[in-house]
Amino acid sequence: MSRDVFVLVEHRQGVIRDITFELLAKGRQLANGYGGSLWAILIGADLEAMAESLRQVVDKAVVVEAPRLCHFHSDYYQQVLATLLQEHRPLFTLMGHTSYGWELAPCLGAALGIPLAPGCIDIWLEGELAVCKRMVYGGKIVGEYSLRPSWGYLVTFPAGTFPAAAPSAQAGLIIRQQPPQLEEIAEKVFVRLMESPAGEVDICQSQKIVAVGRGIREREHLRLAEELAKTIGAVVACSRPIVDAGWLPKDRQVGSSGKTVRPKLYLALGISGDFQHVMGMKGAETIIAINKDPNAPIFSVAHYGVVDDLFKVVPALITTVQGMQAK
Amino acid sequence: MRIVVCIKRVPEATEALLRIDPSGKKLSEDNLTFGMNETDSYALEEALLVKERVGGSVTLVTVGPEAAEEVLRMGLAKGADEALRIAPVGVEEADPALVAQLLAAEIRPMGPELILTGCMASDDGSAQVGVYLAELLGMPHLSLVVGMEVSSTGEVTARRELEGGVLEEYRVRLPAVFTIQSGINTPRYASILGIRRAASKPLRVAAPPTGEKMLEVRQLAFPPAGKKAEILQGSPAEAAEQIASLLRSRALL
Repeated sequence: MSRDVFVLVEHRQGVIRDITFELLAKGRQLANGYGGSLWAILIGADLEAMAESLRQVVDKAVVVEAPRLCHFHSDYYQQVLATLLQEHRPLFTLMGHTSYGWELAPCLGAALGIPLAPGCIDIWLEGELAVCKRMVYGGKIVGEYSLRPSWGYLVTFPAGTFPAAAPSAQAGLIIRQQPPQLEEIAEKVFVRLMESPAGEVDICQSQKIVAVGRGIREREHLRLAEELAKTIGAVVACSRPIVDAGWLPKDRQVGSSGKTVRPKLYLALGISGDFQHVMGMKGAETIIAINKDPNAPIFSVAHYGVVDDLFKVVPALITTVQGMQAK
Repeated sequence: MRIVVCIKRVPEATEALLRIDPSGKKLSEDNLTFGMNETDSYALEEALLVKERVGGSVTLVTVGPEAAEEVLRMGLAKGADEALRIAPVGVEEADPALVAQLLAAEIRPMGPELILTGCMASDDGSAQVGVYLAELLGMPHLSLVVGMEVSSTGEVTARRELEGGVLEEYRVRLPAVFTIQSGINTPRYASILGIRRAASKPLRVAAPPTGEKMLEVRQLAFPPAGKKAEILQGSPAEAAEQIASLLRSRALL
């Protein structure tokens, strides 16, 4: 049984995405721990530069190029990966719990008949039994799950689960592999990538952000956040539910599907702090969270927290700051 | 157009104080409130919009205990035509691959042209069932859909959401499975009339077909106390004082 670890390289428009190097860090630990090699699987077209940048962190980089693979498409990727996995039978194949992983991992697992451990924070073997750990219920519970014994396992990890892999002195081997005969997928055709239009306020440029989440409850309550923002010289941003409700435009959304911000101050009001949101704001210099749920995951990323009703704390904060400014 | 929407009953966990059942394998349900998984309610709304435009029927399917019939009735009240509950044995709901197999066995004979479901359940966050189901049914799929137009010729133009606010557009031929992201539409509320009508709409219960288990819960636990924010104590006014002096000491005012 192979003990090798495969990592699917996630890239977009010629750039390898950060998640790949995080997966490679975990992949290195698993490969070393179980006595296998670490492989990067790079699928696409025009991959020369990306293959070179992977050499320093892997034992082997498999490069599969074809015109049909020029853009991510789960069916073509699935054809390539199914062939590779059946041929090499790696113990673990790691992918991002990302838009690409969501699109690809379940159908690959179903097609190969091997278990998929989705959105994990860790995976290990107990004898021949694979066990994974995942955050569930919005990050408030950690669950341990055993997987059906198999020759191999697909595992996805959310972005930000591990620090990025550091390059080593040794360069890995690049293996160029012909793709299998890729059948044309007429029932699902990639059309284009669309960038979202820029909004009137660029929250990434602001040094101070007051961010609101589900806890704000009503659209009218946004005024409270706006008043606080005005008082301390910040802009208002938000988590996903506020955009879904149509209360603020998409360009105000912080998180993996929105903007990534690194302000000096991030004041989170009524934000629970699921991993998608945290991905967008954990780089802030000072994070203060106000939430009445003491178990909200936001308190494990915030530097300071207030466990109380934001509708009591925020008006008091506005008054206090205005009092200071008046002096 | 024959439309199937797969929905799940989930607990409201964001603001609830969670407790773990003595078995250690599930949440204690005493103090929890349940409802339709958020992205599933967007999927249902999208199905109802398609039905209103091109005609057809909407069938709801869930895998869950008897209590899950409440979310099926809610969906019927909003305008779905019929519902099916697949009764699980044990804790199969925790195994997305198995759920997809159970769904596939029941949905295949229905011959749907369009299958919609939420892109992720808020409880286990695995985001697998819809795409897994598509593979089992031999249909194309698109996940994380934030916009879709269904043409009369059975072709769908749909956009999926990537990280960083970027979208990918695809053309997909029906029959196909789409997993719907929140924000694609504004889910409607059930009307009083709708609620009254729902009571007489067909709701069928199927014994679970067999499937292959892929994932099994061993135990649930609270996350270990890791890095934690320094909690500012006192009344709201006292907490506000402390935040203000923090801001001032860091030259943030």
